[in-house]
Amino acid sequence: MSATPSPSPARRFGATPDVLRRERAQRIAKWVFGAMAGAMVLPLVAIVAYLLVKAWPSLGWEFIADVPRKGMREGGIWPAFVGTLYLVGISLAAAAPIGVLAAIYLNEYARDNWLNRLINLAVINLAGVPSIVHALFGLGAFVYAARFGFSILSASLTLAIMTLPVIIASTREALASVPRSFREACWNVGATRWQTIRAVVLPNSISGILTGVILQVSRAAGETAPIMFTGAVFFKAVQRGDFFPYRLGDQCMALSMHLYTVSTQVPNVRESIPYATAVVLLGSVLLVNATAIALRVWLRGRKKW
Amino acid sequence: MSGEALRPRPPTTRPLWSVAGERVIETVIRVSGVSAVVFVAAIFFFIFREAAPVLWHKDFHILEFLFSSEWYPTSATNVRYGTLALTVGTLSVTALAIALAVPFGLGGAVFVSEFCSRRLRETLKIVIELLAAIPSVVWGFVGLTVMSKVIVALTGAPVGVNLLNGGVILALMSVPIIVSIGEDALKAVPDSYREAALALGATRWQTVYRVLLPAARNGLLAAVLLGVGRAVGETMAVLMATGHAVHIPDGLLQSVRTLTANVAAELGEAPAGSSHYRVLFLTGVLLFWITLAVNVAADLAVRGVRKK
Repeated sequence: MSATPSPSPARRFGATPDVLRRERAQRIAKWVFGAMAGAMVLPLVAIVAYLLVKAWPSLGWEFIADVPRKGMREGGIWPAFVGTLYLVGISLAAAAPIGVLAAIYLNEYARDNWLNRLINLAVINLAGVPSIVHALFGLGAFVYAARFGFSILSASLTLAIMTLPVIIASTREALASVPRSFREACWNVGATRWQTIRAVVLPNSISGILTGVILQVSRAAGETAPIMFTGAVFFKAVQRGDFFPYRLGDQCMALSMHLYTVSTQVPNVRESIPYATAVVLLGSVLLVNATAIALRVWLRGRKKW
Repeated sequence: MSGEALRPRPPTTRPLWSVAGERVIETVIRVSGVSAVVFVAAIFFFIFREAAPVLWHKDFHILEFLFSSEWYPTSATNVRYGTLALTVGTLSVTALAIALAVPFGLGGAVFVSEFCSRRLRETLKIVIELLAAIPSVVWGFVGLTVMSKVIVALTGAPVGVNLLNGGVILALMSVPIIVSIGEDALKAVPDSYREAALALGATRWQTVYRVLLPAARNGLLAAVLLGVGRAVGETMAVLMATGHAVHIPDGLLQSVRTLTANVAAELGEAPAGSSHYRVLFLTGVLLFWITLAVNVAADLAVRGVRKK
């Protein structure tokens, strides 16, 4: 859709005033819209740059590996970092199988009827319900009704339900990109629906599904509200370098929660600490997302059909 | 070839375990398929279950809850649960965010879809995806630190965390959604429309203005609605960026509190089972229905596109 280079409109044959006016409008529109698009790129660059500059004095491996000291006014973020890994890992383990199977149902089994429409609407809604409502649900369902208490388990399950639509949407897209003729060829040699899915559909879409799973990780890592009332706490004493400090029934710290805490609840924090926490959180999330994007670009280049 | 190969083989039956295993797997798939419906129903059920007892409590009046702006949940003598100020807070922040985000979002969608080269388009789409991935707590932090300083410097307001701050932050958060859904809507317009317009001598801008925008109207509406949904439901960013005053704002530089931020701010202090705690859950029920309505409306708008 790229515009072909044309000679200057003034010298061109048939360049009546009307045509000139139209083309000026066209140029103005292009610049205005371009500026609007540019105004979207600018915040990302500006925010990342500003946060990096402010965070610089604290930033380093030492910041991630050290535990918070002096009431979180000094030291690092190790317990929060590990806590986020726990929450993301467990929510992924819960959400990935359900999400992938649900997507298989929607793409391979469901017919276009009222049930399918209802499920689609439910998936859209699950993605659209405010995160604080998910938090209330997690509190009512997992903490109290299921008696999991304020724990990593409750927080992870809340995150899992919240991020389910991410996995369903991208897995569906991956499954839908496998051409129908592949399935028909398989059915024609007598394979059942499930045999076709296992032997043909899944192997041809596995990388796309992986992309969705990666996106779930990035989403789960950044959420704050759903874990705030279900299992994440302000502070938890953890030994330096301890890789397995929590158990399922424990409460834990989390990066997103830690950023909220140190930037709003703790007075007299050294200025660079909240910035450095924000950079680590933002950096992890963007890195995970960039991985998913790179995987997708690579896949598109490799695709043979 | 020997004659043996031509003779039909006896039909082989699959072993029983294989058939049974397939049945089991297909059942699991079907159950997972309806799980989303079950989860949405469960969300409503569990929130409503916590909220319901307060409906019959003597301190609670449903009309006061909806239409009074007096919110004194922890008062010892004069307990009031009026959410009007919070609802107005949500509406004002959302309206400001959408007013800022819609021109930029739709303009960006038009540029990405119609005006830029292929390479630039791929780059912009990646940037938009990364923008959409920034966690809300980081946006809130940006509002609290960067944006509040900018606002104080530009307007001379005493505090930088206010309605304007929250609106700008929410606009930045909604723009990526509006751009990506809006771009999908524009892409869904058949190329034959563009070719017909070009054949009549229209410039690309005329094509956009006269042909594509009307044709993609419903999809663009859905994009805006989903942006609204995101803005209404956003919690951490508005909690950190809008200040904390529960009152009806009469200017851009006043602090407000939204329905979502109110729950996040007070749930930790409300004892489980108290009326205050249950009213916060009731706020959750209200938010659930608001976002449900917005999302269903967006879905209907998109469906309108497909029908055509």
